[in-house]
Amino acid sequence: MPERVMFTMGDVACAEGALSAGCRYFGGYPITPATEIAEWMAIRMPQVGGAYVQYEDEIASITSVIGASWAGTKAMTATSGPGVSLMMEAIGLAVMTETPLVLVNIMRGGPSTGQPTRGQQGDVMQAKWGSHGDYQIIALTPASVQEMFDQTVRAFNLAEQYRVPVFVLADETVGHMREKLVIPDEKDLEIVDRKRPTVPPEEYLPFKPDEDLVPPMATFGSGYQFYATGLTHDWRGYPSDKDDVQMELITRLNEKILRNVDKIVEMERFQLDDADVAIIAYGTPSRSAKRAIREARRQGLKAGLLRLKTIWPFPERAIMDLASEVRHIVVAEQNMGQLYHMVRASAGTTPVHMMRKPVGTPQLPQEILQKIREVVTQ
Amino acid sequence: MTTESDTLVHPLAKYMRTDRLPWIYCPGCSIGIVTGMVARAIENLGIDFNKVVIVSGIGCTGRVSGYFKTGTFHTTHGRPIAFAEGVKIANPELEVIVVSGDGDIAAIGGNHLIHACRRNIDITVVCLNNFNYGMTGGQFGPTTEHERYTQTSPRPIGNIEWPFNLVKLAASSGATFVARWTAVQVRRATKSIEKAIAKRGFSFVEIVGACPTSYGRSNRLGDGVEMHRHLLKVADIQNGLPPHEAELEYDSRIVCGEFVDIDKPEYTEVLKKAQEKARSEAR
Repeated sequence: MPERVMFTMGDVACAEGALSAGCRYFGGYPITPATEIAEWMAIRMPQVGGAYVQYEDEIASITSVIGASWAGTKAMTATSGPGVSLMMEAIGLAVMTETPLVLVNIMRGGPSTGQPTRGQQGDVMQAKWGSHGDYQIIALTPASVQEMFDQTVRAFNLAEQYRVPVFVLADETVGHMREKLVIPDEKDLEIVDRKRPTVPPEEYLPFKPDEDLVPPMATFGSGYQFYATGLTHDWRGYPSDKDDVQMELITRLNEKILRNVDKIVEMERFQLDDADVAIIAYGTPSRSAKRAIREARRQGLKAGLLRLKTIWPFPERAIMDLASEVRHIVVAEQNMGQLYHMVRASAGTTPVHMMRKPVGTPQLPQEILQKIREVVTQ
Repeated sequence: MTTESDTLVHPLAKYMRTDRLPWIYCPGCSIGIVTGMVARAIENLGIDFNKVVIVSGIGCTGRVSGYFKTGTFHTTHGRPIAFAEGVKIANPELEVIVVSGDGDIAAIGGNHLIHACRRNIDITVVCLNNFNYGMTGGQFGPTTEHERYTQTSPRPIGNIEWPFNLVKLAASSGATFVARWTAVQVRRATKSIEKAIAKRGFSFVEIVGACPTSYGRSNRLGDGVEMHRHLLKVADIQNGLPPHEAELEYDSRIVCGEFVDIDKPEYTEVLKKAQEKARSEAR
């Protein structure tokens, strides 16, 4: 399809991004403020020969997505906090069975039912640590309607490349804001597909990794037989309670992501080159931060922004480098301070200031400007 | 000359991961019999085994999928039906069979069972009902009879809850094929599993089985042989009986047979038509 231009909301851009990435299965359950993704998929999926399936709950939704992925289809779900909480066990299953899938969380106020129609960034640590055990996922944090599209495409590519669940973690404001969206011609999009086995079926070991630590993935009906289980398993996929099997598997599931942090992580540096104060933000607060920084510069204050487009795996090295360039770091998050602790752990002796705001209204530009002034005079 | 493999290999071994044997089940357990029923049904139907997907959840019966030598998946507890729906919708050419236990299918996974019945998606669910959670050591579950003893419904009181009748549950939720047999009625049960697989719609087959290690011991029902003899004795074959009359009283009468075999529009076929309509209107 040739290039298209829309004026639309982030949720719709996300759905279009998924379709452009080749997603042909959406399993979901209505929830504010992610419902528009489901509604758009309900219109668009049948048009492209895909399936919009509405399940009885979020647990069935994500489990069906895992099933669809093993049937060889790119698959996703979209939800918000309460739904993500219900999906947590299945996310662990997807990690353990190395199932490519995309989970969109349009973050709303929590805990519990919280403020369904108001945005927040309270699920940042949940995305990383919500399921039990030691594991890695990837989480992308779009900050505009265009990025909802671009990052959803990227989420599918990363999921396919690393065989891992990938979160698109957008706050409600980004999900519901309306901006211009350019959907590129499909031939201009880079699309990644999972590796398939190349050995004959009788030689296939379903969880034997290649050099990149990622095993080629067979799918149902392909003639390759395999057993995939949430139990700790060896290269054959067979369950094992042995220490060495657990050690090898868990190490590999973590390392296949951590070894590639530099390739996975994307960020935007905004007016940082001569900055004394660096704001670190993602999603909606990063938009306020840009406005504040422009004003600060006008007033002669040297401030800049490191906008994280990927928060998991966490870009420790980039934070270390930043800490050596600036005098102060301010972490502005629409929560009680979650990534703040990760930044502090990576920033050495550079002071890291928390700018927390766990409510629906994000940090306003004047609030960030005020914080910059406060920090500079210290 | 006759080689060892000509004479000694079981005719259904080609379907099994024989390198995983011996399997985990206790002596006297019905799960091996049910696994054999499923394998034989596939053999009798002559379907392409490469296109068969076997899914199970957690528990003793939840381990069944891992012994089949095709595309198999061991989901989280209670979710094999939801997983199977995703597989079937993504690739309707696959023959998707769920084999799992009563706790997995009717307690933690009960919501998925009733909604898959309602949706009428073409998958087959074989549910082995042994009246308790066997793998965790024998606790009461959604099919445990009133006042039966288990590790969590101990003497002198027993279970203060009442069980689901899975045939009634599946039938009233909209399944298009519903049958119940005991683990000793192997030929009849295998035939029903064949029909269930061939059916274009949601099929539910309950196999009432024995867990001598946990349920049998707690309730002094005897060893595996004695429990299976009992099942044969109390099985009451009533093919075609209205499903709401398919009673299950362990001591006296287990109504067996095929109770539902109806035709309704199947989910993936309806979806295919919806896709064609959406495509023609989008043009």
